[in-house]
Amino acid sequence: MTNTSNKSYDVIIVGGGHNGLVCAAYLAKAGKKVVVLEAQKQVGGAAVTSELSYGKKVSSCAHFLNQLNTIVSKDLNLTSHGLKLSASNISTIALHADGDHMHLTKNSVKGGGISESDAANYKKFMDLMHEYAGTLGFLIDLPPMDIFNLDWDDKVAAMKLGWKMRFGLGAEKMSEFLRMVGMNIRDVLDDEFDNEHLKGALSFDAVLGTHTGPYSPGNFLNFLYRIASGNNGAVDIPEGGMGAVTEAMSKAAIANGAEVRVGARVKSINVDNCAVIGVTLEDGEQLSAGIVASNANMKTTVYDMVGPRHFEADFVKRIGDIRMRGAAAKLHIALKELPEFTGLSKQDLKNRLVIAPTQNQVERAFNHVKYGEVSTSPMMEISIPSVVDSSLAENGHVLSATVQYAPYELKGGWTDQAKADFLEVCINRIAEFAPNIRDHIEHAEIITPKDLEDRFGLVGGNWHHGELTLDQMLMLRPVPEASRYALPLDGMYICGAGAHPGGGVMGAAGRNAAQAILKGDA
Amino acid sequence: MLSEKDPNHWRSAVKYSPFYNKIKEHDYVNEWHRWQEYTTATVLEDTTIEYFAIRNSASIFDITPMSKYRIKGPDALEFMNRLLPRDMTKIRVGRVAYTVWCDDEGMVIDDGTVFRIAEDEYLLCAQERQMEILRRNAVGFDISYSEVTDEIAAISFQGPVTCKILKNMGFKDVETMKMFDVRFFDFPGGEIMISRSGYTGDLGYEIWTKNDQAEPLWDAIYEGGKDYAIRPIGGDALEIARVEAGLIAAHVDFSPANETVRAGHAKSPYELGLGWLVKLDKGVAFNGRRALKKEKENGSRYRFVKLDVEGNKPAHNAYLFDKENGKNIGHVSSAAWAPSAKTNVGLGFVDMPYGEVGDEIWAEIYYQKELKWIKRWAKCTVVKDPAWSPPRKTLTPPEDF
Repeated sequence: MTNTSNKSYDVIIVGGGHNGLVCAAYLAKAGKKVVVLEAQKQVGGAAVTSELSYGKKVSSCAHFLNQLNTIVSKDLNLTSHGLKLSASNISTIALHADGDHMHLTKNSVKGGGISESDAANYKKFMDLMHEYAGTLGFLIDLPPMDIFNLDWDDKVAAMKLGWKMRFGLGAEKMSEFLRMVGMNIRDVLDDEFDNEHLKGALSFDAVLGTHTGPYSPGNFLNFLYRIASGNNGAVDIPEGGMGAVTEAMSKAAIANGAEVRVGARVKSINVDNCAVIGVTLEDGEQLSAGIVASNANMKTTVYDMVGPRHFEADFVKRIGDIRMRGAAAKLHIALKELPEFTGLSKQDLKNRLVIAPTQNQVERAFNHVKYGEVSTSPMMEISIPSVVDSSLAENGHVLSATVQYAPYELKGGWTDQAKADFLEVCINRIAEFAPNIRDHIEHAEIITPKDLEDRFGLVGGNWHHGELTLDQMLMLRPVPEASRYALPLDGMYICGAGAHPGGGVMGAAGRNAAQAILKGDA
Repeated sequence: MLSEKDPNHWRSAVKYSPFYNKIKEHDYVNEWHRWQEYTTATVLEDTTIEYFAIRNSASIFDITPMSKYRIKGPDALEFMNRLLPRDMTKIRVGRVAYTVWCDDEGMVIDDGTVFRIAEDEYLLCAQERQMEILRRNAVGFDISYSEVTDEIAAISFQGPVTCKILKNMGFKDVETMKMFDVRFFDFPGGEIMISRSGYTGDLGYEIWTKNDQAEPLWDAIYEGGKDYAIRPIGGDALEIARVEAGLIAAHVDFSPANETVRAGHAKSPYELGLGWLVKLDKGVAFNGRRALKKEKENGSRYRFVKLDVEGNKPAHNAYLFDKENGKNIGHVSSAAWAPSAKTNVGLGFVDMPYGEVGDEIWAEIYYQKELKWIKRWAKCTVVKDPAWSPPRKTLTPPEDF
């Protein structure tokens, strides 16, 4: 490479999403000279707060904090860097058209015509889920085992897993776990419960952010993963939106000595003689480093930034084969005032509102997306964060919803008309539960999976940067040759959601990657 | 010739080479087999006579069924240099290179020859089909690639008098071609390509034409060589020649890595005795580089050995032992009595660190006499050079007859 600038670092991190920032903070803390290069004008990646309309802000992609890694949060002291919660451990309210909604917490369920036996089963079931989560959760904080070449840490982890499974859970629960782990959520819930409304709401947690419906194979694991991967299943709302979380991470990185640059889009990761030597920015500036960690999507990293020719062909093929289909859209509405939801008080609206009436309705909503259509009666996860956080709306309120399902590739394309039509479908859907919402709408936008790709680099619109399914998890994530964060290119690492343990605002991938870099894994 | 344009093409999954009718005229024994989709002669008259045409006069073997691919575009060199472990910057226009190619694990997929036709164009020739390999390798390169197996008719023209015959045919300065040179010559119907290459360890050429030039070429060869005992040959004769010359074959001496599912059953270039093809430090992330670098540091599992086997019974499929009735250390993958070298040749694999040149190992040979199986222990010496490698293989210009 010619004309390398005098700016030289130990590690360059491509992408200032939450994992990139966490990775930088850990590396800087260990004394490395680190720079984070973020293409956008603000850090955060898909965990950002941005303006929706004048005086109103909203979390643009992720909107609940339910998986933030507790080790990361503590190690980086995010609270001292400004992370505050405006609500914590909120409930889920499963909306019902007749106004008799179901209120769910970690281990209790009320309303919605729930029977005593279902309520008792729910507690038992969720306790078991938390016990499974407690057994497996530690795997999140470790690099996946290299089963072909177990090192000492791998052996310890394997023994720990075996011990926890056999003696922690006990033979009976372990056998029950092995029975359940490969099942679909629908079969699991039909085994456990009678109430369709409850099953609808729970099944939605298993399909959220995936390209599956309740009947799709293997998605019970997603349900479990949601609980195991962070906050012990609790859902929080950060003050200032998700952007405040990454802002705190950025401050932590800077406080530890890392440099964080925004508006610095990396055009290429440069390679000389089969080793990484640095990056070139879009404006031509070159920065050099013997180690580059990419927080960008795997396909973007390999195909666009490094270039396929710097990797061996089978590896390139496998990267191309990673499934990353998104089926969730994001709906944002600026409201003049709070709409009335039939059967809910104003205080109830701080909670997580879910529209997923029955498993069959969720499945039917999913059917459309398989054929490149949008759901005509979509499922939703709704947040109105301004109820507990007035900083997001000077006056009035903002509503943010994850909407399923919308395809990445819509038949006929995501034209302005198609987006407007789908927006109407979504607003009508909410109006089934909040009849007067239209009267209060100032502005509304729909962010399709294609938009998620364009705005946040989520290839395929998949917010996990690779679907979280058993064949793309643990030592298979993103592909076996890169499961330990080092790519098969000297000095090249990944630190984002595409790596273990995947997406969701956790920070665990960033932390694990930093440790791999510090250990000198290759 | 049965072609896909024929409305009845689906009735048969057999293809006929453009040389088929010419070869058929020389067929006395009806011994044919299937090579890829093509029907190919196993023996035309007598294996020994055909073999001696390779060594003593001129032989014609139809290599049309070889898988042939054209790779073209601004990134052609970079593409080939990433696909192949050889340093392809060293292969100039007008040269052919023998090479292997590997998967990411450094295991050999196939071996073959690469012709540099132009700065930005190559012809790749292989035993097995390679379209999928090319497809995955092409990602990110500005090249086009296409299979031309059915569009190029080719023969291997091998033997001590082949150069003389080509001269008689009017191919000017053909005698100045060095080993692995490739040139184009005028011929009715358009230029034809001649390379000085082959699979016999002898003087020889491979001739590449359009399909409709195949029969005129055949006639021209017979005309130019009417006094030189030309003989078309079948695969059995070639098999003896290639074992005698110490050359390996896919599906015989190694299992192509992309078709091999059992762990440890594929082999690396080092394990095939082809370490000389691997340029680890060429600065390119060629397929298998990381694995081969590790293998080079940590050592290989197997060693390819050329054996001089005691006695005259070919050691077909024989197990190899460190001593008579000793420990099993490997096996023979190809064996033949070498008629010209007049030795009993074996090619095979032994576990490391056995089988250094000069070592003595033992083969347990089974053979039949009138349906009765007989076992014999044969002492084998590991030799460095192939049994047959005459100076005329590389001599330029070749002898004039």
